[in-house]
Amino acid sequence: MPEQFMWAMEVMVNGLMTGVLYALVALGFVLIFKASGVFNYAQGVMALFAAMTLVGIQKGQVPFSHLINTIFGTEIHGFGWELAPWLAILLTAGVMVLFAWLVQKFILQHLVNQPDIILFMATIGLAYFLEGFADLMWGADIKTLDIGLPQGVNDWVESTTYNLFGYGFFIDNLDIVATVVAALLVTALILFAQYTKQGRAMRAVADDHQAAQSVGISLRFIWVMVWSVAGFVALVAGIMWGAKSGVQFSLSLIALKALPVLMLGGFTSIPGAIVGGLIIGVGEKLFEFLVGPYIGGATENWFAYVLALIFLVFRPQGLFGEKIIERV
Amino acid sequence: MTDMTADSYVTEDGRTIGGVVMEMKNITLRFGGVVAIKDISFDIREGEIRAIIGPNGAGKSSMLNVISGFYVPQEGEVWFHGAKRPKMKPFQVARQGIARTFQNIALFEGMSVLDNVMTGRLTHMKTGLAAQSIWWGKAEKEEIENREKVEKIIDFLEIQAIRKTPVGRLPYGLKKRVELARALAAEPKLLLLDEPMAGMNVEEKEDMSRFILDVNDEYGTTICLIEHDMGVVMDLSDRVVVMDYGKKIGDGTPDEVRNNQAVIDAYLGVAHD
Amino acid sequence: MIYREAGDFKTSYREDSQTFPIKLDRRAFWAMMIFAFGVVPFLINDYWVNAVMLPFLIYAIAALGLNILTGYAGQVSLGTGGFMAVGAYASYKLMTAFPDLPILIDVLLAGGITALVGMAFGLPSLRIKGFYLAVATLAAQFFLVWLFNKVPWFFNYSASGMINAPERSMFGAAITGPEASAPARYLFILVIAFALAWVARNLTRGSVGRKWMAIRDMDIAAEIIGVNPLTAKLSAFAVSSFFIGVAGALLFTVYLGSVEVGEAFGIQKSFLILFMIIIGGLGSIFGSFAGAAFLVLMPVLLKNLLVDGLGWPTDLAAHLQFMIVGGLIIAFLVFEPHGLAQLWRLTKEKLRLWPFPH
Repeated sequence: MPEQFMWAMEVMVNGLMTGVLYALVALGFVLIFKASGVFNYAQGVMALFAAMTLVGIQKGQVPFSHLINTIFGTEIHGFGWELAPWLAILLTAGVMVLFAWLVQKFILQHLVNQPDIILFMATIGLAYFLEGFADLMWGADIKTLDIGLPQGVNDWVESTTYNLFGYGFFIDNLDIVATVVAALLVTALILFAQYTKQGRAMRAVADDHQAAQSVGISLRFIWVMVWSVAGFVALVAGIMWGAKSGVQFSLSLIALKALPVLMLGGFTSIPGAIVGGLIIGVGEKLFEFLVGPYIGGATENWFAYVLALIFLVFRPQGLFGEKIIERV
Repeated sequence: MTDMTADSYVTEDGRTIGGVVMEMKNITLRFGGVVAIKDISFDIREGEIRAIIGPNGAGKSSMLNVISGFYVPQEGEVWFHGAKRPKMKPFQVARQGIARTFQNIALFEGMSVLDNVMTGRLTHMKTGLAAQSIWWGKAEKEEIENREKVEKIIDFLEIQAIRKTPVGRLPYGLKKRVELARALAAEPKLLLLDEPMAGMNVEEKEDMSRFILDVNDEYGTTICLIEHDMGVVMDLSDRVVVMDYGKKIGDGTPDEVRNNQAVIDAYLGVAHD
Repeated sequence: MIYREAGDFKTSYREDSQTFPIKLDRRAFWAMMIFAFGVVPFLINDYWVNAVMLPFLIYAIAALGLNILTGYAGQVSLGTGGFMAVGAYASYKLMTAFPDLPILIDVLLAGGITALVGMAFGLPSLRIKGFYLAVATLAAQFFLVWLFNKVPWFFNYSASGMINAPERSMFGAAITGPEASAPARYLFILVIAFALAWVARNLTRGSVGRKWMAIRDMDIAAEIIGVNPLTAKLSAFAVSSFFIGVAGALLFTVYLGSVEVGEAFGIQKSFLILFMIIIGGLGSIFGSFAGAAFLVLMPVLLKNLLVDGLGWPTDLAAHLQFMIVGGLIIAFLVFEPHGLAQLWRLTKEKLRLWPFPH
């Protein structure tokens, strides 16, 4: 097998893995959009915040230590404990639920009948706020996230592909775990949305707030629930990305990358988020690999957006999104 | 009895109705599997008041949308002033002199009443971007000329007091009047009214009916309206088209239609004496 | 009592549609203009120019541009930073290729080039609306920044990748370059800002403005009553991009002198201008200036208060700033979606009745 071809295949497989990670972030968007019609720009920062909180809780960091030290002249940094990963994850999930409740109470409730674009801009404000808050609470330095996930190149894959093709694929264990987790999460979410009472209520709210209220669905409860689930999805995404490249500000930029994913897949489709993520992941890695060297590289900064833009011009609702019918 | 098949004739109350100005020929309109309009043909004469009536869901608004160019029928032709109308975008149709109001009020909620009615003049205002950036001279002159025309319509419809009010704050009845003003501002040859009386009480309906008759009388505008109030339809219109489930089931003067058995069965119900 | 319109009757449509119908407003405005043009240049020093006045005026121009596109025409754009970059790099190429061109022409031509680029990126708006369009403008943002970073022709093959503004003067006074004095730079930008605000006012009060607002409020109805959506949207992109390009050119040539594209024109700039028009007021010329003033002054005041006053480290102040800006955006959207402009309008209405309560 020609080496160049195998190399391209490896790039593709890595692209697929990256795509899965994008899809994880995109999933959070889809959930909130489906249930409340809100496009939550803050989803990426939520992933960052979740990851930072996880590390902070796990390592026993004192929240707002920098601020406290500055005001009071103290020198506190840590509580001194170290929690087991599962406990830390549980507590962080609790924090995300609290966050969801606060967002509902202070933002969503007050913007019930506003046009979507206002809600979108409110989530941009939320993203900025949360970013400053997260930095204030845990500090803006890069953190390593270690909850015991397997890391490093997977030996089995390497040796098997070497035996089969004469070329060993380097696939990181972490990416494999991420794929499995994403698959489980997506399945769980699809089942939830389709078959449970709450899932149906969520879809009702997404369609028409007033009609949903008139059949007795509590908008507030659904919103808190949806944002909690999205918060949990953000936590998973934060863990995966954080373990991969460290917990730092660039994590929130992943959210921006999720946008073209959504544009391709359609804003309201869970399978669409996955397919869109995979297409973008593979697409940008392949483009950079094949075309990048001739035009200076770093095309991953913009390729996803241009691809989505071109796609949108021909199919404005994305691959799986609902067709927009306009009536007068 | 007036001969309504002649090229032009004079009605009993002295109005002149001219020749055919718009003709729908075998229009069929589908949305996926749903047939909204099935092989409908009818014509509209110059200066007349033509009503389209029928039960809800009969396809009446869709028919107006076909006339406006917003929906493109899969089959059939639209003829305007004796020539087949080529496929056009809605804004081009508007420039031909067709204006309309909407069933669910389509005013520009971010603007005042005056600005909304001024948008009706957009097909007549021609100064370009460059002249407008300087304002003084051509652009200001055109703006004031058109403002004068619009003020006449505001007078006519008696909405002077609310001209600077943002439209979003107005009650339903006034919104309908503003929409009519906007349509009139375009000085249309053909005016399409989609349920202009919907949601109004008797007094408001009388006012609106008076306005419609005045428009037809003073400006000679051809009017095609959709309306559910039978009393209004019978009193105002010269001829009526009856639709049901996308098909035409009646076409003629109000009296002819009132006595048409198919129409009675579908729509009017049994007459009580 | 003092601020009133009783007895002030308009006798022509011309009078009725003027910018400042109330006499006191008119006088206050012109007084402020006399102050800005005649007094400030003598009082100004370099700190205030650099920290406040120049950024305020430049961002106000950009905010005017974005307000035209988003506030008046309803087309959400997150590509403002990228378009400012186009203006900056266009002016750079013009200045280096045609050294005899006066600086004003460079700036205006740069705006024109940006208008063309803006129209090109605005074409998708005919098919795509709402958030989809916002995300599509991100394509413009990221692509343009990458372009100016990677393609050496744009920065004249310099090793650092940065561009530096050559020296230019006007009427004998240096406007760009290290010799330029604070009053000269200030006046140059002030004149441009005033002229552009006047143009913006003219465009938004006429039929072009109404076309934009019609498209914003209900684009289907707009088309049915005769607005050509193609020309309306493209004209919004063109005019808006012209303003934003001029702002970018001014930011580079007069204010900063040298820029690195990712830092000066990245996505954070796009958000900054967007926040300015949200806080200032969408669809308002005054709002564009108010929002720009607010978001330029606030970090300066915060820094003076926290870092110089309380001795906080700068990173803490930065974090707090993020929280305050984000929180304010939310607060304005919840309580006063029409921004500072509306708050100001309400205050004036109260003043009109003062001392009577209603």
